[in-house]
Formats: sequence, structure tokens, C-alpha cells
Amino acid sequence: MWILGTLFYEGGAALLRAQLYYQMTPPPGDDGGLANAIGGSLVIVGTATLLGTPVGILAGTYLAEYGKKSWLAAATRFLNDVLLSAPSIVIGLFVYTVYVARAKHFSGLAGAIALALIVIPVVVRTTDDMLKLVPNSLREAAVALGCPTWKMIVLVTYRAARTGILTGILLALARISGETAPLLFTALNNQFWSLDLNRPMSNLPTVIFQFAMSPYADWHRLAWGGAALITLAVLGLNDVARVLFTRKD
Amino acid sequence: MSAVLPISESARTDEVAARSPRHGSWGDALFENLTRLFALLVFALLAAILISLVIGSELTLQKYGLGFLWSAQWDPVQENFGALVPIYGTLVTSLIAMLIGVPVSFGIALFLTELSPTWLKRPLGTAIELLAAIPSIIYGMWGLFVFAPLFQAHVQPALIESLGSVPGLGRLFAGPPLGIGMLTAGLILSIMVIPFIAAVMRDVFELVPPLLKESAYALGATTWEVMWRVVLPYTKVGVVGGIMLGLGRALGETMAVTFVIGNAYQLAASLMAPGNSIASALANEFTEAVGDVYFSALIELGLLLFLITTIVLAFSKLLLMRLARHEGART
Amino acid sequence: MLRPFVAAAALAACVAPAFAVDITGAGATFPYPVYAKWADAYKKETGVSLNYQSIGSGGGIKQISAKTVDFGASDMPLKPEELEKSGLLQFPTVIGGDVPVVNLKGVATEELRLTGEVLADIYLGKVTKWNDAAIAKLNTGVQLPATAISVVHRSDGSGTTFIWTNYLSKLSADWKAKVGEGTAVNWPTGVGGKGNEGVASYVQRIDGAIGYVEYAYAKQNRMAVALVKNREGEYVAPNAKSFQAAAAGADWKASPGMYLILTAAPGKGAWPIAGATFILMHKVQEKPENAREVLKFFNWAYDKGDSLAEQLDYVPMPDGVVKLIQASWKSQLKDPGGKPIY
Repeated sequence: MWILGTLFYEGGAALLRAQLYYQMTPPPGDDGGLANAIGGSLVIVGTATLLGTPVGILAGTYLAEYGKKSWLAAATRFLNDVLLSAPSIVIGLFVYTVYVARAKHFSGLAGAIALALIVIPVVVRTTDDMLKLVPNSLREAAVALGCPTWKMIVLVTYRAARTGILTGILLALARISGETAPLLFTALNNQFWSLDLNRPMSNLPTVIFQFAMSPYADWHRLAWGGAALITLAVLGLNDVARVLFTRKD
Repeated sequence: MSAVLPISESARTDEVAARSPRHGSWGDALFENLTRLFALLVFALLAAILISLVIGSELTLQKYGLGFLWSAQWDPVQENFGALVPIYGTLVTSLIAMLIGVPVSFGIALFLTELSPTWLKRPLGTAIELLAAIPSIIYGMWGLFVFAPLFQAHVQPALIESLGSVPGLGRLFAGPPLGIGMLTAGLILSIMVIPFIAAVMRDVFELVPPLLKESAYALGATTWEVMWRVVLPYTKVGVVGGIMLGLGRALGETMAVTFVIGNAYQLAASLMAPGNSIASALANEFTEAVGDVYFSALIELGLLLFLITTIVLAFSKLLLMRLARHEGART
Repeated sequence: MLRPFVAAAALAACVAPAFAVDITGAGATFPYPVYAKWADAYKKETGVSLNYQSIGSGGGIKQISAKTVDFGASDMPLKPEELEKSGLLQFPTVIGGDVPVVNLKGVATEELRLTGEVLADIYLGKVTKWNDAAIAKLNTGVQLPATAISVVHRSDGSGTTFIWTNYLSKLSADWKAKVGEGTAVNWPTGVGGKGNEGVASYVQRIDGAIGYVEYAYAKQNRMAVALVKNREGEYVAPNAKSFQAAAAGADWKASPGMYLILTAAPGKGAWPIAGATFILMHKVQEKPENAREVLKFFNWAYDKGDSLAEQLDYVPMPDGVVKLIQASWKSQLKDPGGKPIY
């Protein structure tokens, strides 16, 4: 709680200023906001989630429902766990070598791919775990009713495990929304407004990092503001998702 | 996800039952192959990352061979590299993080699912999620500017005085209180992994069928017994999964560790001393590394981190298997 | 949950504006604030956006070699033969310098006097107490405490470290033999802080600490700085004037590829631990129109950017050096057809 206190104490004032949301990142000594970084982060994180979650859920489904104890499932599970601890900078480097260095330019899309690679193992792991915890009696009941396996999975097991799967996605989202290292060599950053996925794109974590490490007090304030904003945004998303999902029960 | 929702909304059990089995088996094959395809994709992707690391570190792999593992040298000027210090630092900090993080998370999850009054569940749950949402660089900055000075002024002197003179154990708590070092890094890491582990534990605990718990309570079991004998065995896989998520984060965390570990290539027995971890060495030196050997050494460090994770994982799998056999023998 | 993102992504695809040219540069961390400031003012004046990002000097060199950016930047100049090998041209833009900062009770800023030899011995771990004879000899009249010296250095690879270790290597044979120079070295003693901010924070916290930071950090954090003896035997304080003196005294003309490190530079009043930061460009430009924009930008910066740089505690290049730089553009930068670009 203490750490939250510091965060909002330092970042609170910056959060309340409207400029934060509509002005571009300023050079030191000028007034400004984080609009380009906020926009860029939304696009990059959004694209990454769109890319990573379906892959993660489907792969996790295979592991839990079909693969179970086959060698492919076991090997995938193992590699997946190993990848959970991959230092994010290594992921960034990987995307850099296979994509950026070939395309000869940095781009928001490369950043999104790098983040998606971080999303995947988290979602795979949680989906697999949560599906496995769904009681088999549920599955048996569905199949006994003549339901094909795929429908059983989509309609019954997904529903039973959805809070858990959602937690997995949210944890992944929380983790990528603050990642600096994989973006440095992929999305780079942009001082100006650009939401073009093919060009360097601004993003909050990199801006926070660069500003926090600078000697200027006004940049420090923006850095804290940005950090508080990320925290609140992830939390807000979390809550919205939970409310939406619990209402359906 | 968005593709899944509409179906589940419109679905009715009777509708499902009315489907012809032939249509179903066709869909089945499709779905199974689709999911398998994605599993294979994940597999291939991860393998590709590993391969690219091996290629990237070819130079040092050839130059130093296995000696890279136990050389404590790290001299970018003379281009003499060894990974012992960062390996040691990574293991020690993650161990500290797990020693503190796992029991605390278990306590939090237990409290949230079994003991907490309903009105407290939501705010507490939210707080945990909030903690998970904080960007890791903030943990680092907070650790350096807020936590470390306090730790240096109040906690470390006390630790040195009380434990520093105990034979054996004292070696771990010797040296001047700098505020930063492996112990601080481990503590910050434990704060970071707690929300991850606690959130997963809470979710899996809630998946335990109430019937199981109620039967145990009806037999006169205490909360603790229900937790230990019923909930934990039932959710074992999920709990281990959560711990793995946390451990993964602890092993691979860069920003937060970098700020507080002290970043010195010294092999010190004391937990108070500055050390280094693989991930923070990468984050620190990667962008400024000039020279092919230096670069290759850093990439090999990344590869080593994978190796360490693999070993830790294999070890925990073994542990789980033995646990399962033990249980089997008992019943 | 994903719907807002889909909307955002769709929006992104639609509103992406078409720029005539868009220029990207990446590299050194040290000049990042001033390039950002210039780019902001330049955009207001011309409408051209030049995006510079700090990814580290090592990164800058790699990126320009891989041609993922229009220009790279480095705090450490490349040697002429390295430039030749990779077909690059380099030129300096602004000057900065390392400043030794201390935390000593009873010793005010610009009071403590040090020499390169003593600094090297401190960083080698040979001088360990503040009242050591080697320090006391230089500081008659200053009350030096018997506190142990806590050495603070950078933990991350950095151009700041390169300038620092380059200076120590020039002044101390012992340092050169045992440690050497580089963006990261094998430190014999001390703790490492992440970034200038990290070093500043450690020095401010630990009693008896000494560290080195970029001038701007020492100034903005109001830290106690030490005077350092230069080639002329004067004890100089770090400030804009002494930095510029170091740049003016240097013989750029006689340095092929502008390979010049301003440490231990000759000249009256010159700060001994200064250094310039460099831009790297390919000599043969595949995208001449981008290169032209880059040159226009730096031309504008040399011409009108001085006061902006000074506001941020950077020291602009002396005019004589700027003329040399422009001449090198003219003679060396070509488009694929061999026509000069500038």
C-alpha cells in the first residue's frame, strides 16, 4: 500500500492536469503532456493482446483438453514455462532480428509482436491450469447430452473457467503495459503524435523510463504521472472486465 | 476471446443436444486441429527464440565453452567474461523472493477465500490487482528512493547486530549497511511476485467445488485442515502454476532489480553486499555493449537464464511427481 | 474487453497522416533532452518532425550499421578505421562533461581540489580515506574528515563512463594497465548506480561518497562538485565556460574522422573531463532526401539552437568547429550517384 501511496503522491498532481491527456511529450523546460505516449501505448498493447490472447487460449485449450499427457503437450508446456521467465529484453531482441532488422525500420507493429510474445506464455499457462481444474463431471454431462467435444469446450469448460482465464489475460496485460525493454528495440518511441503501426510509435513505458532517468524536475513529474496512469488504466480495465463477466452469471 | 463470447451467449443446452453427431465430429476434428496448430505455433515460436539465442551466443560458446559458467571474471575492456556472479545473484534473489512471496501469497489467498468477510473481499482483491498493475520500473524507483534508505537506516543495522554475530548464519548478514544489495533486491522481488501468485491462488481456490469443502467442514475439520487436506491437494497443479508464474517473473525481472541490486561483479557471501543478476546485467549493458564478444557474452547470459529456468522447472516437476507418489502410497 | 482496442487500432489505421519525409534517429542517452528540445522547436518552425530516441550509444552504432535509422548517435567517437570500414561519417553536436561529485560533511561545493592521478587512485581503491596524505596535500586549509571513501560508479554501460575512464587512463598508467577505458569496465571497487540519477542518489545518501555524473545532473541536483587540475596546472570548476574552453583548445582539424576525446584537453581554463557527443551517418545515402532533412536540421541547430542547448546545461560547439563540420558534409556525403548532398 505504501508503494501505491508514493506513486499517487508523486503522480497525483500530474494526473489531474488536463494537458497530460491532449498535449505531446514536451522537451525539458516546456509544458506538455503524454498524449502521444498514451495513444501509442493503447494501440501497441491493444494489438499485442489481440495477437497474443487467441493464440494463448487456443494453445492452452489444446494442452488441457486434447494434448493432456502426450509428448507434444508435455514439451510445449515445458517450453512455455521456460519462456515465462524470459528476460523481456531477449524477446525484444528476437523480434528485432527477425522483423525490424529485415524491414529496416522500427515500427509500432514490431513492438506489438514483441509484447504478444510475452502475453502468450502467461495466457497459455493460466488457460491450461484453469481448464484442468474444471470438474470432469461437467464435461461428461455435456458429452452425455450428445454435445460434440468442441462445443463442450467452448460452451461448458470455457464458461466454467472464464474468471481464471480472464485473470490470466489481465495479468499478462498488467505485465506488458509496463514493459520498457522489449519496446526499446522494436517500437522505439516517438516524440510526436503517430498511430501508424508502420512507424516508430510512442509508448508510455519508454517515455517514463527516459524521463525518470533525466535530470529535469518537470520530466520527473510527467514520469510519475505516466506511471500512475498505467496503474490506474490496468486496474480500471481489470474492474470493468470483472463486472462484465460476473453480471452474466 | 471476442469470437467465443457471442456463441456462449446464444447457447442453450437443448439447442446443443439437438445437433447431429455427424456435424459435431467434423467440427471436433476442426477444433482439435485448430488448437493443435496453435500449440505447435507456440512450440515453434519458443523454439525459434531459443535457437536465435544459441546462434547469437556462438562466439562466446566457442571461446569459453563451459568455463563461462564458473568464471567470476567480467571485464569488458579485456573482453574476459564469466557468468558466475550473475547466476549466483539471480538464484539468490529469486530464492529470497520465493521464500517470502509464496507463504505470504498463500496467506492472502487463504484469507480472501475462506476467512475474509464478504465486504472486505472486493477491496482487498482490488488492492492485489492494483499491485500487479504497477509497472516494474516504479517498483525499482520506489525501491531505490523510498525503500532502500529506510532499509539502510533501520532494518539492516538491526539485522547485522542480531544475526551478524551468529556463527555460520552471520556470514550472510555481514558488511556495511548500504541499503542496496541482494537482500533488498530479493525483498522488492517478493513484493512484485506476491500479487501474481496470490491472484492465481485465489482463483484456483475458488474453483474447488463447495461440496468438497462443506463435506470436510461437516466432518469437523478446521479451516486449516480443510485448506491443507482438501483445497491444496485439489488445486495443487494450479497453485504450482501460480508459483511458476511468480518465479518466472522473479527470475526474469530486469528494471526493478537493476535499481536496487548494486550491480557489482563481486561474489560475496553476505546478502547485504551488492551483486548482479542475469536480467539486470542484460538491461544494464545491452544497449551500450560494443564489440562482438561482449555482445555475444550478454546473449549467452540470456541463454543461461533459460537454462536455469529449465533446471528449476525440471526440479519442481520431479518434486511434484514424488509428492504424487507419496500420496498414492498413503491412500 | 477488446472492443476499445479494436476501435483504437481501426482509428489508427485511418488517421495516420502522410508525412513528406519522416526522420528517425537513435542512440546516445546523454544528448537526448537537447535533441528533443531542438526537434520540438524545429517542428514548430518548419513542420518537419525529427524523432530522436535514446537507446544507448552501442544501440545507436548498431542501428545505423543496420540502416534501421536515418542517423545514429554515440557519446563515444568511432575510430577513423572503424568509420572507414562501415562507411560512416561522424560529427560532434554538443559538448558535455563528467563532474566528480562528493558527499563530505564540512566540505562545500567547488572547495575540494583533486587531480586525475588522485581520482584514479581513489577509483583503484588505493586511496581509501578522505584525509589520506595524497588528498590532504592538494587541499591545504580544508578540514578533511577521516571518513572512508565510498566509490560510486555507473552500473550500466554509458558514454559518461567512457569519458571518465578515458580520462583516468590518460592520467594514470596504473589505471590504464589494470582497468582501461570503455563504456563499461571491470571496476576494482565501489557500488554501481543505474544511470546518472542512480549515481547521484547514492552519492547523496552515502556519507563520504564520491561519484561522477553528467554536468546537468550535478547542477540540477545541487551536488557538491570538486575542482580538477587541468593540463595547464589550473584547478578548474566545471561550467559552460570551462567546457567550451576544452572544445576550443582541441585541434579538430588534425583529427581524422573528427575522432577526438576532449579529456585532458589543452587550453587555458579548460575542463579536463569533457567530451563531445557525435552523430553518425552513412557516407553513401540510399535515401538522399532523408539525409538532406537531417543535415538541414543540424544546420538549423548549430545556427539557432545554442541558447536552447544552454538552457539545458549543454555547451554548443564553437563556430570554428561548425565550419569544419559543414565542410565535411560537403566533401563526404554523397547520394548513390556520387553527387554531394549538402
